Amino acid sequence: MTDIRAVSRQLADALKGHRADYIEARLEESQRSHITYRGKELESAGQSTAVGGNVRALVKGGWGFVSFNDLTDLPDRIERAVKQSKLVGKEESRLAPVETVVDTIANGKDVPLTIPLAEKKKLLDEYNEIIWRTPHLQTSVIAYGDSHKKTIFLNSAGSYIEQPRTDITLRISAVAADDGEVQQAGLSLGSRGDFGAIRNLHQQVEETAKHAVALLSAPRLKGGDYTVVLDPVLAGVFVHEAFGHLSEADHIYQNERLREIMVLGKKFGGKELNIIDSAAVPDLRGSYKYDDEGVAATKTYLIKEGKLVGRLHSRETAARMGEKPTGNARAINYRFPPIVRMTNTYIEPGKGSFEELIAGIKEGVYAKNWFGGTTSMEMFTFSAGEAYMIRNGKLAEMLRPVVLTGNVFTTLNNIDAIGNDLDMNQGGGCGKGGQMPLPVSNGSPHIRIRQCLVGGS
Amino acid sequence: MEKILAQARKVAEEADVFLVSAEETPVQFEANRLKHIQSKQSTNVALRIIKDGRLGYATSTDVADAQSLVENAVETARFGTRAKFELPSATPYPKVDTFDPDVESVSVEKMAQLGEELIALITGHTPEIICEALVEKETVALRLINSRGGQASYKKSIFTIGVVGSLIRGTDMLFVGEGQSSGHPLTEVGEIAKVVLRQLDLAKNQASVPTRQLPVIFTPEGVASALISPLMTAFNGKTVLEGASPVGKKLGKQVFDSKLSLWDDPTIAYRPYSRPCDDEGVPSRRTPLIEKGVVANFLYDLQTAALAKTKSTGSASRGGGLPLPSPSTLVIAPGKASFDDMVSDIKEGLVIEQLMGAEQGNILGGDFSGNVLLGYKVESGKIVGRVKNTMVSGNVYQLLKEISAIGSQPKWVSGVINTPPLYCPRLSVASK
Repeated sequence: MTDIRAVSRQLADALKGHRADYIEARLEESQRSHITYRGKELESAGQSTAVGGNVRALVKGGWGFVSFNDLTDLPDRIERAVKQSKLVGKEESRLAPVETVVDTIANGKDVPLTIPLAEKKKLLDEYNEIIWRTPHLQTSVIAYGDSHKKTIFLNSAGSYIEQPRTDITLRISAVAADDGEVQQAGLSLGSRGDFGAIRNLHQQVEETAKHAVALLSAPRLKGGDYTVVLDPVLAGVFVHEAFGHLSEADHIYQNERLREIMVLGKKFGGKELNIIDSAAVPDLRGSYKYDDEGVAATKTYLIKEGKLVGRLHSRETAARMGEKPTGNARAINYRFPPIVRMTNTYIEPGKGSFEELIAGIKEGVYAKNWFGGTTSMEMFTFSAGEAYMIRNGKLAEMLRPVVLTGNVFTTLNNIDAIGNDLDMNQGGGCGKGGQMPLPVSNGSPHIRIRQCLVGGS
Repeated sequence: MEKILAQARKVAEEADVFLVSAEETPVQFEANRLKHIQSKQSTNVALRIIKDGRLGYATSTDVADAQSLVENAVETARFGTRAKFELPSATPYPKVDTFDPDVESVSVEKMAQLGEELIALITGHTPEIICEALVEKETVALRLINSRGGQASYKKSIFTIGVVGSLIRGTDMLFVGEGQSSGHPLTEVGEIAKVVLRQLDLAKNQASVPTRQLPVIFTPEGVASALISPLMTAFNGKTVLEGASPVGKKLGKQVFDSKLSLWDDPTIAYRPYSRPCDDEGVPSRRTPLIEKGVVANFLYDLQTAALAKTKSTGSASRGGGLPLPSPSTLVIAPGKASFDDMVSDIKEGLVIEQLMGAEQGNILGGDFSGNVLLGYKVESGKIVGRVKNTMVSGNVYQLLKEISAIGSQPKWVSGVINTPPLYCPRLSVASK
C-alpha cells in the first residue's frame, strides 16, 4: 500500500508556495471488513482498502476543495483547489485562530484488524443460532462492520497531525411474521475499537428475537398527545435530533433569523436540563483528540440549567459568530470537506429513579430503543423500537412500535423529569450534507416529556 | 483489470472485476451565496471470486494492487456464502443512452451562474428566504470483466440542480425545495424556481387539520418520500426469498387498486440510473412490478434469482459490497385526473408534499408514519394553507388497495422516480 507519510512530505512542500489565505490537506489510508447474514446464511463477507486525500483552500471567504484516490500530480490538485476558491471568494476570509499542532497519536490497543475474520464470524454464528432458536421467526439480518484508518492532517500554518481511528458496528434485526403481518425488532451497538463491546450479547440477542415475535400480537397505539417516558437510548436519539442539530453553528451563522432564535441565554427548558457535546470524553464512538481542521476536542455545554449557553463550531463559524472554536469540524472521509458535526451528545443525569418518573402517570407511553430519527431543525421525528402503555403509574401492555414527533422549542420545555441513570448509546450513525454514517454516540438518563405527539393508527 | 482477473483465476474457479471511476464537480451555495466549489476524483475496483464454490469479495482504490486484492478476496472466500449462479458470458446489450459529453464541458463559471439565477428568482419572490443550492456535474466510467468472457463498459453523465429554501418567522420554520437531474446539461432554472415559488404561495397561510382519518393527495414528491421505500423493500427479490415480503406469495394476484401500475426501467435514456446492463453484466430491461394492481414481478440479481429458482431481472447494483437487487428508474403510470380535479373533490383533507421520517417505522410490514414537513390543508375543494405539527401514519397496502384517482401529470422526482400525484380516500392524521 502507498505510504501516506511519504506523500505528506511532498504535500507539505507543495503547500508552501501558494497564495491562498489558508490551505489544508488530509491523507487517509483505511482498511475495512464486513460480515453480513440474512436469514440463516452468511450473505456477504468482504474486505476493502482505500488510500486517498484532499486539499482544501480558502481565498477571500470562498472555499475550493479537491479530493482524489490518484496521488500523482499533487501540485496540480493544489493549484485547482486554489483556483476554485478564488472563483468563489468575494469577501474576507475569517478563521478562528488556533494553535499550530504537531502531534502523532499511536494506535489504540484494540484494533479489530488483529482479530482474524474467522473469529469474528464465529461470534456472529453464535448470535444467529440464538435468533433462529426463536419460534415464528421469519428472517433476520446481522451486519457487522469494522474499519481502521490513519489520517494525516497538514495545513499552511505548519500543523502536522497523525491520528488513527477505529470503529466497530453491529446491527441485528429479527423479523417475525404470522398471517401476513410482519414485525421486527433490532439491536444496534458499536465501539471505538473495542471488540469486547460486542461480545457476550447472547442474552440481549435472544430478547430481541423474542420481542419481534411478541410484537405480532401487540395492539397499535391510538395516535395523539401523551405523557411519554423515554429510555436512555431513545432519549439520546431525541437530544441528538431535537436539539443537537439545531446547535450546529453552520446552520446559524449566516441566518439572521436563526441567530435571533438561537441567541445565547435563551431559555429552552427547565432548570434541571443540561445538554453537553464532548469529543473529549475518552473511548466513545464520537471521541477524538483533534477534529478534521486540526482543532483540539473540547467539552461544550449547549444547555446549562435550561438556558442556551453554547453551540458547535468549525473555525469559520466560530470566527463569524465571535465565539470560541469547539473542535467540531468533522469529515466522514477524505472525499468530503469537514463540516460542523456532533460527537458524543448527552443529557446530564438528574435525580429521579425510573419508578419515580412513571409513578404519577395515569395514561402514558414508555418508549424504548430506536429505529431512527430525523430533523428539520424546528420539527423532529424519531421512532421507538419498543413501546408500552403506562397505566396508573405502572408499565402495562406492550404496543406496536411508535413514532414520536414534535417541535423542539416546545418539547424541550415539556421535559419535566430527568432520571439518574445516564447511559450512552453507541449504536448510532449521523447523516448530514451527504456525509453518512458518521460515528457518534448519544445518551441520556430516562426522561419524562409532557404532551408529546405520538403517531398511531 | 485484466491483471487482477488473471491473478484471481490462478486461485479461484470464477471471478469478476468491476471498476468505477468518477469525476464529480459540485458547486455549492450557502445562505444565498456561492460558497464552495469542489472536484472529486475517485477510483474503486471490486473483485468477486468463486473459490471452492464460495464467494469471496474485496475492493481497493488502487487498481495496480492486484495482489492484496486477491489475497483479501481469498480470505473471505474461506467461509463466504455458496455461489449458486453462473457469471454471464459475452452477451449483446440494448442501446441505452447514458452519456452526453456536453456535461463534462459545462464550466464551473456557468454552473455558478445557474445557481445565482435560481436563487435570484426565489429571493425575488420572497426576499427573506435563505437558500442552499447545488449545481453538480458528474461523469462516471464503468467497466466489468469476468472469467467467462463477459464484458461491459459504458460511460454515464449526470447533471443536477437542487435548491432548499428556509423561511423563518419567529420560531416558525418553513422548508421548500426542488431538484432535478438529467444525463444532459440542465441549461435553465425557470422550471425549478416555478415549483419552489408555488410551494411558497401555497404555504403563505397556516391552517389546522383535525385528528382523524382524512382524504389525502400525495404529490409526486409525497409519493416518493412516503410510499416508495416500503414498496421497494417488498418487491426486492431478497425480501421475497426470505418470506418477509407482504407481497411475496401474491405473484399474479390483485393486491393494489386496478388503477395502479408500477415498473422499473433502466433503459430509459439519460437518467442517473440508466444503464445498458446491471452491475453483474446482465442486460437491462423494463420489469413490470405492479400491472393494474396485480403483483407482476420482483427484482433479482444473479445469486438471489438462483436461490429463488428464477432469472435475474438485471437489477444487480453494487453499493460497496456484493451486488444486491435494487431498483433503477421507477415509473408509476399516469391516470386521468388533473391535480385541480382531485383537490376540488375534497371537502376536508390534506395534500402531502414532503413527509419527514417516513422510513423509520416498520417498513417491512408496509407501515409508514411521519411528520408532514410540507403539506397543505384542503377545505371545500381549495388549498387554504400549510399544515404544521401534523403527523400521518398508515400502511401502504391498505392505502393503495383503494385509490380515488391517479393524476394525469407525472413528474420526475430527484431524476429517478417518475410519478403522478395519487389521491387516496383516507389516511390517519394526528395533529395538535
